Amino acid sequence: MARSDRIAEPWGTRTPYGPGEEWPARVDMYLADGLTEQDVDSWHQTASVLHSNGDAMDIAVKDGSIVGVRGREVDRVNHGRLGPKDLFGWQANNSPDRLTKPLIRRDGELVETDWDTAMDAVAGRTKELLAERGPSSIGFYTTGQLFLEEYYTLALIGHGGIGTNHMDGNTRLCTATAAAALKESFGSDGQPGSYTDVDHADVIALFGHNMAETQTVLWTRILDRLAGPNPPQVICVDPRETEVARHATVHLAPRPGTNVMLMNGLLHEIVENGWVDHDYLDRYTVGFDELKKMLADYPPEVAAEVCDVPVEELRRAAHVLGHAERLLSTVLQGFYQSHQATAAAVQVNNLNIIRGKLGKPGCGVLQMNGQPTAQNTRECGADGDMAGFRNWSNEEHVKSLAKVWNIDYHQIPHYSAPTHLMQMMRYAEDGSIRFLYVSGTNPAVSLPELGRIREILKQERLFLVVQDIFLTETAQLADVVLPAATWGEKTGTFTNVDRTVHLSEKAVEPPGEARADLDIFIDYARRVGLEDKDGEPLVKWTDAEGAFEGWKECTRGRPVDYTGMSYAKLRGGSGIQWPCNDEHPDGTERIYADGQFWSAPDYCESYGRDMVTGAPVSPVEYKALNPDGKAVIKAAEYLPPHELPTEDYPFLLTTGRTLYHFHTRTKTARAPQLQRAAPEVWVEMAASEAEARDWHEGDLLEVSTPRGKVEARLRISGIRPGVLFLPFHYGYWDRPGGHEPDGELGRAANELTITDWDPVSKQPLFKSATAQVRRLGADGEPSAAPTTTASRPARPVDADVPTTRGGPDAEVEERAGQGATSTGGGR
Amino acid sequence: MSNKIGMALEELHRSENDLAGALLRMSDRHKVDHEVFYLGRDLAAWSHLHIRELAAAGKDYGVDLDAEPDATADDEPGLLASLRQKGSELSGREHDLGVLLLRDLREIHRMAAGVSLDWEVLAQSAQALKDIELLELAERCHPQTLRQLRWANAKLKESAAQVMVT
Repeated sequence: MARSDRIAEPWGTRTPYGPGEEWPARVDMYLADGLTEQDVDSWHQTASVLHSNGDAMDIAVKDGSIVGVRGREVDRVNHGRLGPKDLFGWQANNSPDRLTKPLIRRDGELVETDWDTAMDAVAGRTKELLAERGPSSIGFYTTGQLFLEEYYTLALIGHGGIGTNHMDGNTRLCTATAAAALKESFGSDGQPGSYTDVDHADVIALFGHNMAETQTVLWTRILDRLAGPNPPQVICVDPRETEVARHATVHLAPRPGTNVMLMNGLLHEIVENGWVDHDYLDRYTVGFDELKKMLADYPPEVAAEVCDVPVEELRRAAHVLGHAERLLSTVLQGFYQSHQATAAAVQVNNLNIIRGKLGKPGCGVLQMNGQPTAQNTRECGADGDMAGFRNWSNEEHVKSLAKVWNIDYHQIPHYSAPTHLMQMMRYAEDGSIRFLYVSGTNPAVSLPELGRIREILKQERLFLVVQDIFLTETAQLADVVLPAATWGEKTGTFTNVDRTVHLSEKAVEPPGEARADLDIFIDYARRVGLEDKDGEPLVKWTDAEGAFEGWKECTRGRPVDYTGMSYAKLRGGSGIQWPCNDEHPDGTERIYADGQFWSAPDYCESYGRDMVTGAPVSPVEYKALNPDGKAVIKAAEYLPPHELPTEDYPFLLTTGRTLYHFHTRTKTARAPQLQRAAPEVWVEMAASEAEARDWHEGDLLEVSTPRGKVEARLRISGIRPGVLFLPFHYGYWDRPGGHEPDGELGRAANELTITDWDPVSKQPLFKSATAQVRRLGADGEPSAAPTTTASRPARPVDADVPTTRGGPDAEVEERAGQGATSTGGGR
Repeated sequence: MSNKIGMALEELHRSENDLAGALLRMSDRHKVDHEVFYLGRDLAAWSHLHIRELAAAGKDYGVDLDAEPDATADDEPGLLASLRQKGSELSGREHDLGVLLLRDLREIHRMAAGVSLDWEVLAQSAQALKDIELLELAERCHPQTLRQLRWANAKLKESAAQVMVT
C-alpha cells in the first residue's frame, strides 16, 4: 500500500506494461477525516461525472453521508484508478450552500417557495405560451451531467409532448463536433475505438487533445505504456506545451485556426508516399478520389507555411503516422472549438480510414467527449439528435419513434434538425423563444460573449427556469430555481466515450427538499398535461429503472442497441459496451470490424452536411453516393479564420481547461484540494513575447477583445509565440458581482470569446478570437496557475513559483491490484 | 462564335458580381444572425474567386473583365456596411424583422440559381468547342455556386417556421 499526493502527482504511481498485455490494476482510494475502509458503513457503485473518461468507483457512506471514494478494480475503463477530480470532487455534494428549496422571483428578488408553487408557475407559463404562441416559443437546454434516463425523459417531453424543435445540451459547447464528424464519416454517431486500443497501439496521435488534463486516467494508461517495454510513439498537435507534448515523439504547435490546413498537409504527404491501404479503400469506402484531388493543393511546404510549423517536423509526423501498424487517433477541443471544427475532425477519421486502421485492436478513432454524460444526450436526442440515432431527414425513422412513444408522428417536429443552442439564444434574443428551461448547466459563464448572453437571459419577456444544485450565475438570473439532487443522490446510467455504460446507484438522500431531475421532469409533464394518442400519460414511468426499460425499446434495432442490458446486469460487475443485444449479450468492444458500417441510406443517422456551408446533404444525393453502407471519405478545403490578428488586436486568444477544474467550477471549486490547486484565472504567454515587453511572472495583465476585458496574472508558459491562453472555468458566483463582473474587468474567459460557430456541428468557436494585452502592474506575486500541467512555468528562472502540491489532506491510498478482471469492487 | 462565348463570360462575370454583392449586403444586414453574417462573407469569397478566374479566361475570348470584385454598387461600401451592421444590431430584438432574412435568402437563392445556369451554358459551350481549359474552369467553379444555392435553401428551411409561425 502506498500513499501519494494526488494534487502534486495527478496521474499517480506508474505500473508499466508492454504492448498487448493487460493494464495492471491499481486501486485508488480517498476517505476523508482519517477514516479507514473498516469505518465505512456501505459502498455504492457508480462512475465519475466530472470528466468523460467514465472511471468506475464506489462511493463510501458513513452515517448517511458520502465520506470518500474507491476505484473499481473490476472495471474495464480504469482498472481501479481515479483522477484528482474523482478523488476529491464528491465533497461538493456535502457543501453547505446546496440549494434545498425551490426559489421564485417576487418583486425582482428570488425567494424561497414550495414545490407546488414553483412547479405550477413553470407548468403554467408553459401552457400559456403553448396557447398564445405555440411550441416554438419554448426551449430546453440541458447538460452533460444528468443520466441517460433523465435525458430520454426530457427528449420525450420536449420533442414528443411539447412538440418544440428547440432542445439542446451543453455537449454543443464541448463535443458536438465529435458526433458531427462521426456522422459524416460513418453515417452514425458511436465511437469506432475502445480504450483498450491504448494497450495495443504502436502510434497514438492526439489532435488538439490535452488528454493529460481532460481524461487523466486514460492518460495514466498511456504513461504506463510509455514506461513499459516497446512503448508507443506519440504525436501531439497543440499550440501549448502540454504534458502530452512533453511526452511526444513529434509535437506540432500550429497557429490556431489552421487545423484543416495541417491535416490536409499530413494527408497529402501520406497519400503522396503511398502509405495507403488501397485494398481497404476499394472494399469499404467511397470518396478517396475526391480527397486525393483536394490534397493536391496542400503540399507540406504550403501547410507548414500557413500553420507556421517546421516542414521537417510535419514530414516526420506524417512518416510516423504513415508507418504505424496499429494507429490510435484521438481528437478533442483543440479541433472541436476551433475554426472549421468538423472539417478538421473528419480529416482525422480520414487518416485512419485511408490507412485501413479501424476495427482491429490498437486501430481506433476516439472523437472524444468532454462532458461525462454527453454521449447520452446524443443517444437520447436531448441535444439536437433524434432518440436512438434516428435520422431527422428520414420519414420512416420519425414514424418509428412516434410508434415507440405512441403519438402521432406529426407531433414530432422534423422540418429541420433541432435548433442548436446558439440559434436558440438568438431566438430568445429576438423574442420568439419566451420560455427557456435550463437544467444542470451554466450558460451565463460557459457561452461565448458573456455580455450578450447576460443581456439575453435578463430580458423581462423571457421566462427562465433553472434546475441545478447550486445558485449558479445563471440561476441568479432565473424566474424559478428548482433544487436538484445530484450524482450519489439518485440512480441512473451513463455512457462514456468508448460506449461503456455504467450504473450509478443512489448512496445518500439529497439535501433538504432537493429532488432527482427525473422526478422533476415527470412532475412537469404531468402538470402540463402531456398525453399520448390514447389519452394516457405521455411519460409512462415513475422511476429510473422504468425509464431505462423504456429507453431499451427505443433503441431496438438501432446502432445504439441497449436491449441486452438491465440494471441487474450492470450491477456488481464492470461497465458494458453497447451495442448489447441478443446477438451480443455481453456488449461489443469494437464496431466496424471488417468494414461493416452503419451508413446504409435507410439505416444511417445522418446523410451528412456540406463541410463549409453546413447545408444538409439531400437523401437523393446520399443514396447516389453511398448505397452499400461504406465509410465516406470527405475532403475539405481550408478557409482562413474569421477573426485575424490586426494592429489593434495582435494576439490569437485560445481558451481551455485545467486538470483540477470542471466546467464552471460549480463542484470543483467546492472541493478544497482542487480549489487550492488552481484558485484563480491566469493568462499564459510565451517567454519570447514576455521578454520582448520586459513583463514578468505574476504581472497583472488586462486581456481584451472587441467584446470585453479580463484581468489575470501572467504565467510565462510553453505556449507558442503570438498566442494567449485563458482557462475558461472561472466565473463570478464566489465574487462580489455574483453573476457578472464587479466593475469593468471580468475574470471569465468568455467575456472575450466571439459569437461564431462551426456551420456543420454548430459548436461555438471558443479558440478563435484575436486579442490585445496590456500590463496593469505588478506586486511580485507569481500567478497561481498549476505547475504540474500545461501551465508549468517555461523556464527555471521562474523557480520562485511555488510548486503545486496538495499537502496532507490530498494524500491518496494506492493499492496494487489483485488482477483487473477477477475480484474487487462490489458492495 | 467566340464573341458569344465572350458575351457568356461577361454575363457570368456580372452575375457573379451581383451575387457576391448580395451575399455581402445580406451579411451586413443580419450581423446579429451570426451564421448568416460569417457564411455570407465566406460564400462571397467563392464568387470573388470566380470573378478573378473569369477575368483571366476573358482574355482568351477578347473581353476585358475586371479581376477585382465590383465595388461600385455602393458609393462608400465600408460606411454603408457598417451602417447596415449597426442597424442590424439595433433591431436585433425585433422578431418581426425575421421576414427580411427570409426575403434576403430568397434573393440569394434566385441569384445563385441564375449563376448556376450561366455556368451550365458556359460548360456546354466549352464542351462543344472542346475548350478543355474553359470546361475545367466551369467544373471548378460551378460546384461552389451549387453549394451557395443549397445553403440559401437550407438556411431558409431552417428559419422559415420560426419566423412565420412563432
